[in-house]
Amino acid sequence: MIELRRFSASLGGEKVLHDVSFAAGPGAFVAVCGPNGAGKTTFLRALAGLLPGAARPNPRHVAYLEQGARCAWGLRIAEVAALGRIPHGDTNSEAIAQALAQCGVAHLADRRIDEVSGGQARRAMLARAFATSPRVLLLDEPVADLDPAASHEILGVLRDFAHGGGLVVAVLHAVELCAEYASRMVVFEAGRIVADDAPLAALPVAARCFGMEWVGGRLVRK
Amino acid sequence: MKFLLPALGALIILSLLVGAAGLGVPDWLILWQIRTPRTALAVLVGAGLGLSGAVLQGALRNPLADPGLLGIGGCAALGAIIVFYWGISIQMPAALPAGAMLGAAGGCAVLLALSARALSGPSLILAGVALSALASAFIALALSLAPNPFALAEITFWLMGGLEDRTLLQLAVAAPPIAAGCILLLSLGRRLDALSLGEATAATLGFPVARTLVLASLGVTLAVGAGAAVAGGIGFVGLVVPHLLRPFTGQRPGAVLLPSLAGGAALLLAADLLARAAPLLLPLAGEPRLGVLTALLGAPFLVRIARRAIP
Repeated sequence: MIELRRFSASLGGEKVLHDVSFAAGPGAFVAVCGPNGAGKTTFLRALAGLLPGAARPNPRHVAYLEQGARCAWGLRIAEVAALGRIPHGDTNSEAIAQALAQCGVAHLADRRIDEVSGGQARRAMLARAFATSPRVLLLDEPVADLDPAASHEILGVLRDFAHGGGLVVAVLHAVELCAEYASRMVVFEAGRIVADDAPLAALPVAARCFGMEWVGGRLVRK
Repeated sequence: MKFLLPALGALIILSLLVGAAGLGVPDWLILWQIRTPRTALAVLVGAGLGLSGAVLQGALRNPLADPGLLGIGGCAALGAIIVFYWGISIQMPAALPAGAMLGAAGGCAVLLALSARALSGPSLILAGVALSALASAFIALALSLAPNPFALAEITFWLMGGLEDRTLLQLAVAAPPIAAGCILLLSLGRRLDALSLGEATAATLGFPVARTLVLASLGVTLAVGAGAAVAGGIGFVGLVVPHLLRPFTGQRPGAVLLPSLAGGAALLLAADLLARAAPLLLPLAGEPRLGVLTALLGAPFLVRIARRAIP
């Protein structure tokens, strides 16, 4: 469904991805973890076809949410979600309404995105990705601005999307939550995948990358 | 649009009735030979400027973007001045608009070549500012080396923009490129909507940013270059019009395009009417220059934007 084969990438002359190979199919929720600068965002951009040499996926099937995504203008939240229909060239109001409801912003549909909180704006941007009715969601830190309850809610929505036959590849910093929601965990360190396994098996490796330990279901400092 | 189109219609009728001959239904010859080209050019040039401003603000995701920012207008002026300078326009009146259009086209080529390596909003703005500076420097050089005071006066007048004494020939020269540019720019609505989510997201929605910026630059070159060729330097219309309309259209970039076309036409026509009415109402020696009037109307608006932005 989505694949990279021995993919390398450089940023400003420095190699940030080394021979990365990855494949994932329907029904998986893949959490991408690792320290800052490990290459997670570059990896996601490669999957989205945004890097030279990377195949560009069909915009109707793959929706991408960039890191810190924001809207340049004060569109109404319903208008933001409707932008997700651009690849289909329609304004399928059912898909838009469903996406707004899934992301918990249906009651804010008529509010301007620059006049709601950061967390609500993040949900609206996520609703835009859902409105495409994609098969694959590529999400760069989708819960970065959300409070703990909202993070659980959104990760639950993503898990349901995967259970429904979709594929989610999401960069997540809340490592503890990965075990609860993700079905697979990819750990990056210095531009390489150092673990690609079920979350419980990969978490100790992730902890080591952060210079920490995985003890009793949480990260602790050594 | 509900108010804009009737307002534009009223302005067009008023424009055909007002002139140096006073208010009223004029002689057929005046109506056809003088007021028709003047009115039609105000509508066309204003429409091109308003639409270009709306497209550039959307494409560059910058509320202060304006056709002047990319230096296309400056290059059109430079092209016209070169023609003035060598006195070609005296023997061949058509050389002036041709020079301005060539200047605009050359400017667009330089602009895209400068930013081609990594074509994105910020690099296009940077290249545009550099191009504007270059054009201004050469215009200043031409002014300082003007062969005689008449050339100097003529160049200065042209730089201030105006629509008086335009002919049907000039209308026929300017209308096709402005119309083509406007059609191209109007077709960019969905691309601009996608760009409001950021350049990377727009690319994943199927609209790579580089192509959008090239199309926008070409459209602006046609619409603004041809406009400058017949009307000289007219600023602020492209900056102000989209801002005036967003409270009514909403902020979606694609929704601002068509209203900005009509709004630009209405604003420039209103400014030109003001220029014509001024000598009838005030003790002035002649009409104030159109570009000066749009600047007088536009600059305070810029102050208002700045005051709102500064907390």
